Amino acid sequence: MDKGFNELLQHWKSQKGNVIPLLQKTQELRGYLDREDMEAIAEVTGKSPAEIYGVATFYAQFRFQPSGKHTLKVCHGTACHVNGADGLDLALKTELGIEPGETTEDGEFSVERVACLGCCSLAPVVMLDQEVHGRLTGDRLKKVIRKAGT
Amino acid sequence: MTQVLVGLGSCGIASGARAVYDTLQQELSRRKLPFSVSVTGCIGACHREPQIEIRTEDGGRYLYGDLDSEKTLKVVEEHLVGGKPVEEYLIPPDYPYLAKQKKIVLVNSGVINPESIDDYLAADGYAALRKAITEMSPEQVIQEIKTSGLRGRGGAGFPTGLKWSLARANAGAKKYMVCNADEGDPGAFMDRSLLEGDPHTVLEGMAIGAYAIGADEGYIYVRAEYPLAIKRLELAISQAEDRNLLGSHILGSDFSFEIHLKEGAGAFVCGEETALMASIEGKRGMPHVRPPFPAERGLWGAPTNINNVETLGNVAPILRMGASAYAAIGTEKSKGTKVFALAGKIKHGGMIEVPMGITLREVIFGIGGGIQGDKKFKAVQLGGPSGGCIPESLLDVQVDYDSVTATGAIMGSGGMVVMDETTCMVDVARYFLSFTQSESCGKCTFCRMGTKRMLEILERITRGEGKMSDLDQLEQLAVKVKISSLCGLGQTAPNPVLTTLKYFREEYIEHIQNKACPAKHCRALLRFRVIEEACTGCTLCAKVCPTQAAAGERKAVHHIDQALCIKCGLCFEACRFDAIEITTGAVAAEAAATGVEA
Repeated sequence: MDKGFNELLQHWKSQKGNVIPLLQKTQELRGYLDREDMEAIAEVTGKSPAEIYGVATFYAQFRFQPSGKHTLKVCHGTACHVNGADGLDLALKTELGIEPGETTEDGEFSVERVACLGCCSLAPVVMLDQEVHGRLTGDRLKKVIRKAGT
Repeated sequence: MTQVLVGLGSCGIASGARAVYDTLQQELSRRKLPFSVSVTGCIGACHREPQIEIRTEDGGRYLYGDLDSEKTLKVVEEHLVGGKPVEEYLIPPDYPYLAKQKKIVLVNSGVINPESIDDYLAADGYAALRKAITEMSPEQVIQEIKTSGLRGRGGAGFPTGLKWSLARANAGAKKYMVCNADEGDPGAFMDRSLLEGDPHTVLEGMAIGAYAIGADEGYIYVRAEYPLAIKRLELAISQAEDRNLLGSHILGSDFSFEIHLKEGAGAFVCGEETALMASIEGKRGMPHVRPPFPAERGLWGAPTNINNVETLGNVAPILRMGASAYAAIGTEKSKGTKVFALAGKIKHGGMIEVPMGITLREVIFGIGGGIQGDKKFKAVQLGGPSGGCIPESLLDVQVDYDSVTATGAIMGSGGMVVMDETTCMVDVARYFLSFTQSESCGKCTFCRMGTKRMLEILERITRGEGKMSDLDQLEQLAVKVKISSLCGLGQTAPNPVLTTLKYFREEYIEHIQNKACPAKHCRALLRFRVIEEACTGCTLCAKVCPTQAAAGERKAVHHIDQALCIKCGLCFEACRFDAIEITTGAVAAEAAATGVEA
């Protein structure tokens, strides 16, 4: 077990309600959750691996496969939906050849569908890594992706 | 000294406010100008971002909107150096969007620096907390909140003072005060804006509530999708601890209160209070039967009180202004103001705060400026996936808990999404149901499976494969899902379907009987066709078409191969000569099925 992960386990070990923060911090560290890490979390929290896996799969935030270098979160909130978020999914499909939930073969981009990013007055929006891009069209989104990919 | 404030909320940043901020900093230091630049939250006029405000020594306030780097340089040159405001970029004080609001909760948002506790203190911050713990008993605080008539702003409208008195009445050495900032409704961003713009007001409200119910520990459960809100809350908590406004023996009294931040992990159902508590405890966020209510047995078995962000944002202002002054605002049963996130096909979107009792028409047309592109208003959606769609005939309904509920929608947490003639109401119902269906935790059978069956029916109708009997079936299922679900998610999930069936039934019938989508939204029912007389053969449609359905020789009329067309609409958007026509109805359906262009 590596040092960073071990420190994390020790830090959270005796705190109440530590399961979700541990999963979040582990994913932050690794990019995703693998079986071994979840088993280690089960051990320090005194729960069964099945319980940990049950919690992890319940929440949309957790991934069980590595994601691409860049993550595109396409907002499907109400405002984005009525302002054409479906069109953005189509544009992504033609540009990157992948559907929400998938990662490009070269590992550059992952596309996710999210419920609402809370930037409704700029709808439709997409979050590329930590940055929100608003008032998008299929064409403008393609430009954003090409810029990030270079 | 003249002050320059840059609005750095999420919406502002997404519109390019960082570039404006950087340009401003660079330009001021390059010219060695002695102005202080500070950061503020969102003033709510998201449609005019990025914004800066210049405050002069003599009390002058100038708000600039729609800025970019170039315009910022001009403002520096002409206003800050030359002393002459740049009229063309100014947002005037009588701008209806701002002038018609009534700010109580958002009074500091976009005005003070949310990262500075001194700014908040200068705006009378923590005075209400000081007053509560030094001059009032917990019972007096609760009585004050009861007198104010404050009701929960998370959606259900439960009286806050009563909730607190229930939590206070339960014996127990250990109690918890929880702030629900798991703003899950798509189309709602009130909590995000308040937390980003004025985090201390929420902390102060929580501390006052904790004092009232007798809690010494609190949690804020905030969505992980709101990184800026989380960062500002963390900062605000540590600042308040440093000043002894949180922590042990607050302001030298016997009252101690500690706040922890919990990041949600993306589950809509965690907005429900029992599910939220399960999530804080580190479990799957599934609701449980009430009773026991959280006030009796909540977090880790201790009495727990849960309030929404906006509710808590009202607490300190009530104590500052006095309960009776607060109760003078609003209607008989709904007091104070309500914050709404105005979005969708509205001309002027953003976050607004209005007195209860205002009509929907005044909000949408008076404040929001009407519909984008002056299209025709069709409906306004209130309350997100738990709410409903209100048609034009009901626009004069007052905004208060009871009047909105009477329409079949709910007040909800404050998402207000405006829809125009290009929005398909069947698709809106399908959209909300696909959301609640995928967010159902699966505990109750009717919520888990009933919503799935309802969704299948709606999908069928939007594909033009519906039957008239589907409408009865939808209504029957809706009632069953409502009465057989444990928590608010399932109990309200059918509302978008029921309200659209009630007010827009003819649109469902069009889809079923005529295979037509009047709003021209449902792709399966559309056909894209080139108007030969208008086509110049510019090849643009062929270039953007992802499936080579649109094709033709340069300078010759193009055609769309119906068998290849996936109806993405890119050609329609791209055409500069209005030469692409969208039709819907029986002819379109037939053409799509046979691949022959009529």
